[in-house]
Order: sequence, then C-alpha cells, then structure tokens
Amino acid sequence: MPSKLVDKYFRTDSLPHIWCPGCGNGIVTRAIVKAIDNLNLNQEDVCIVSGIGCSSRASGYLDFNTIHTTHGRALAFATGIKFANPNLHVIVITGDGDCAAIGGNHLIHAARRNIDLTTIVFNNNIYGMTGGQYSPTTPTGDKGTTAPYGNIDANFDLCELAKASGATYVSRSTVYGANMIIKQVEEGIKNKGFSFIETITICPTYYGRKNKKGDAVDMMNYLKENTVNKIAYEKLSEEKRKDKIIVGEIYKGQRPEYVEEYEKIIESF
Amino acid sequence: MLENTKLKLVVEKEFCKGCGICVAFCPKDVLILEKGKVKVENLDACIQCGQCELRCPDYAIYLGGN
Repeated sequence: MPSKLVDKYFRTDSLPHIWCPGCGNGIVTRAIVKAIDNLNLNQEDVCIVSGIGCSSRASGYLDFNTIHTTHGRALAFATGIKFANPNLHVIVITGDGDCAAIGGNHLIHAARRNIDLTTIVFNNNIYGMTGGQYSPTTPTGDKGTTAPYGNIDANFDLCELAKASGATYVSRSTVYGANMIIKQVEEGIKNKGFSFIETITICPTYYGRKNKKGDAVDMMNYLKENTVNKIAYEKLSEEKRKDKIIVGEIYKGQRPEYVEEYEKIIESF
Repeated sequence: MLENTKLKLVVEKEFCKGCGICVAFCPKDVLILEKGKVKVENLDACIQCGQCELRCPDYAIYLGGN
C-alpha cells in the first residue's frame, strides 16, 4: 500500500515506474504532487502537460487531467489548454532536451507572452531515454554517446534564458534539496504569469556513467556540496563561484498576463 | 508532535530499486540495504524527519499512520 500522497495523486496501477534505479525524476514528480497537495488544489482543476523524454513520462503516472504530447511541444499544447479553460492550473513537465532543444522556441515565446503556466524542467544534463546523447545543458567538456571526446558546445543557463525571455517567476532547485522544489512549485502555481522552475536531477545510468560521476548517492552528494543559494553566491569570490549550482529564486517580476490581456480585447467588443 | 509519534516507517518492497539514497541520507542510520532492497534496521533511532520519503525516487519508503 503506497503512501496517502501517492495513493491520492498517482495512478498507482502504473507503479513502480520505469525510471532507472537512482533516477531523480521520481523525487521531482513527488515534489510537484506535494506542492499541489499543500495548495489544496482540486485534482479536476489541474492539468499536467508533458512532452517527450524520461521526464515527460511523469504525466502518465499522475492522476490529474494529463496529456502526453509531442516532442518539444508541451508548451504549445499547454498554451491552447490554458486559452480554452483559463480556470485550469496548467503545469508543464518537460526535460532539458524537450524544453531547451526542440522546444526552445516554444519556451521563449511562452515566457515572452507571460502566459499563466507553471513549467518544471527536469534537467538531467543528457538525453536519457534515447541512450545518453548530449543535450543543450550538458556542461562543456562532459561526455555523451554523441560527444565521446567531450562536448564542445557551451551549455545553456535555462534560468537566465527564461528570465531574459520574460518569465515572471524563475527559480532553480536540485533533487537533493527536494523541499525547495516543493516550495518553488507552490510559488510558481501561485504566480499569475509564466513560471519557470529548473530542477537539477540526477541520471546515474547515462550522464553519471558516461562522466564517471559515480552512483546515485555520489551524484546526490555532488549536488549537496556544490549547491549555493543565490544570495550566498553573490557574496562569493570569483574563484569560489566556479562550477557552483545557483539555487533559489532567480527572478520575480510582474507583467500583464497573456490570457487576461486577450480577454480584455474580447470584452471590448 | 503527539500525532507524529504515531507515524511509523513503511517500506513498499516491490517499489524499491535499491538505489541507496534513503540509506545514505538518513541522519540516524536507521536503514540498510539487504539483497538490493531497503530494510528498516534500527527503528528505535528513527526521528521521523521524513528525509527518506522526501528523496525516495520510487515511493518505496514513507512515514505512514499507526
């Protein structure tokens, strides 16, 4: 018998899930559900939209209105859903490849519009489902099956991208500090506008193995030791800032929300 | 707090994939891995902090009622 939380919000007949041993995706998925539970949202009023990839399998395990869409297009589907029913809390679950590569344009335009969606990116630094190809967030120099001698691309800072594109809530957390994910998802859902939450998750099977990062516990310890809050980061010397993962609220702003602006036009006739 | 004392650790063995995250981050060394699955070895030491439940990727361990 699973926990009350899992029993209430998961399609328990599909558990155990297929994510690899030690994969952090399950931690993030639980954190999202916990945040929804903390906010006392009605299950019928929540819609989970996901794209393609390891992360995006989450929608299949969750017992809300859910839709598992095409690669990179979760935000496009979510935009349509939000327009059709603005009362829904639309939550988008996506991965680094789904959101930053093939879905990169959808991301920047959803942020530009400041449409009231909550986007949670499971960033595991690699394409796990297809066998470990490097993604836009694979750190420079790290290896993937398509970068056997090291990745020469510069990796995206997704939070800075979302912020620059116009998102009104931007934050980052890691699966080690899962309580922070819960808090940030709550904040993201409460924010009337485009919320972008990057969660750094672990992929021991592909990213970990390819880059000799050790097992799941070693990767969790790496997150524990290399995470620094944004406020503390600003006080660090240049030398100590190297390779640190900045977590916490990266940006919070206020701009007109897209669906509301659209409704104003409709009402003006 | 009184309510909390009623909670106990529940292990869902079928869900456990033996990653060892709960064992490594339990602050009181309550858990061990046995035959690739988590086992509650020292329940008396458990302070019901819920760190295992928070970080279990497979929903295999949690603080349950009674």
